[in-house]
Amino acid sequence: MRALLAVITGVLLALGAPVAAQTFPAANGTRVVDAANLLDPKAEQALDAKLAGFEKQTGRQFVVATIADLQGYPIEDYGYKLGRTWGVGNKDRNDGVVLIVAPKDRKVRIEVGYGLEPVLTDAYSSVIINTAIVPRFKAGDYLGGINAGADAVIQQLQLPPEEAAARMQAAEKDQAGPQRGGIPFALLFWLFILIFLVLPAMFSGRRGRRYGRGPIVIWGPGDWGSSRGGWGGGSGGGFGGFSGGGGSFGGGGASGGW
Amino acid sequence: MTRAFSRLSLALVPALVALSGCGINSVPTAEENAKAKWANVQADYQRRADLIPNLVETVKGFAKQEQAVLVQVTQARAQATSVKLNADDLTDPAKVQRFQQAQGQLTANLGRLLVSVEAYPQLKSDQNFLALQSQLEGTENRINISIKDYNEAVQAYNTTIRTFPSVVGAKLIYGAQPMQPYQAVSPNADQAPQVKF
Repeated sequence: MRALLAVITGVLLALGAPVAAQTFPAANGTRVVDAANLLDPKAEQALDAKLAGFEKQTGRQFVVATIADLQGYPIEDYGYKLGRTWGVGNKDRNDGVVLIVAPKDRKVRIEVGYGLEPVLTDAYSSVIINTAIVPRFKAGDYLGGINAGADAVIQQLQLPPEEAAARMQAAEKDQAGPQRGGIPFALLFWLFILIFLVLPAMFSGRRGRRYGRGPIVIWGPGDWGSSRGGWGGGSGGGFGGFSGGGGSFGGGGASGGW
Repeated sequence: MTRAFSRLSLALVPALVALSGCGINSVPTAEENAKAKWANVQADYQRRADLIPNLVETVKGFAKQEQAVLVQVTQARAQATSVKLNADDLTDPAKVQRFQQAQGQLTANLGRLLVSVEAYPQLKSDQNFLALQSQLEGTENRINISIKDYNEAVQAYNTTIRTFPSVVGAKLIYGAQPMQPYQAVSPNADQAPQVKF
């Protein structure tokens, strides 16, 4: 028991951060979460359309968030947790980006998902922050800074044309087919087991003995028909609402202050 | 006879299911998860070690007087990269501590280097240095995060092997030992070097 306590305290110590839970604004199905109220609704809409267009073209997800209060956490700490909480980016490719602006703490950060770290590097994120965003923020121009930063990120993350076309096609096909994947394989597998092995075993007395010694199978394909792979984060229909694809973050990107 | 056999085999199904509740699957799953998270920690430390020679070269070009700090950083780096920690040794407190100490030493020396750099405005505005600085900053951030993820995975694993029912399998089948959480040991080693612009 004491050893267990020691282990737990060790973990808590190593975590180093206050144990109190962090709270994040709700994602609300939009790509622009303006919790700090820096943007007027029209600008917000325009930005959202821009980000949605980017997502449609590349399959990558880009979210802009303004945060009223970092609750005393460093923005680096806040950033990756926010990205993970919302699941920005595709689950397998981890290709999400979050631009976080915390006006009260005068901090800004570009948080880059695992999969995009080689494209949108720390050094380049830092350049974007220091050349496109911070000078405008210093002048009090939040909208201009956010837009310039978003444009720079989008430009860096554009795909080569042929790859972009391929992804768009895949996305459209994915949305078009209502019966994606048909009957899941796992279901068929278990049905097979039930009909040919379990039921005969149960009724073996009545119906011949051929199946009586069916092998006992207690495992099978674990994937119970979750046929929706890949494009989890796609915009539901065209320029629809945002839903996170489950992408993860590991601290890529850069921060700045003004 | 056959009927009895099939009845028996049907009864076996719940028995096997119950057995799988005893940690046959959950213990190795949690263990592999923690080991994978550890691999991330090591990769991030490696990434930092890879950045340092470049950083040292760049600083050398501008600040020859800082020779002592530069040598210390280089030595600490050599020391830190020579201490390897296998995923299988994560249950050994002494080995984990040795690794922590070596990396903590490097962190402390790096911090000292970045402080001494403050005195060289030319260096601080050098593009190459700025890029390295942001990479180093990002790497320290990644290290922090992967350590937190690792510690969470260790906590989950240690809980799994000490709670019922998985404790049965952990003790009887795997002889599982608790893994060591990763702690920053040297003074202020838990803080990334402060990089100011």
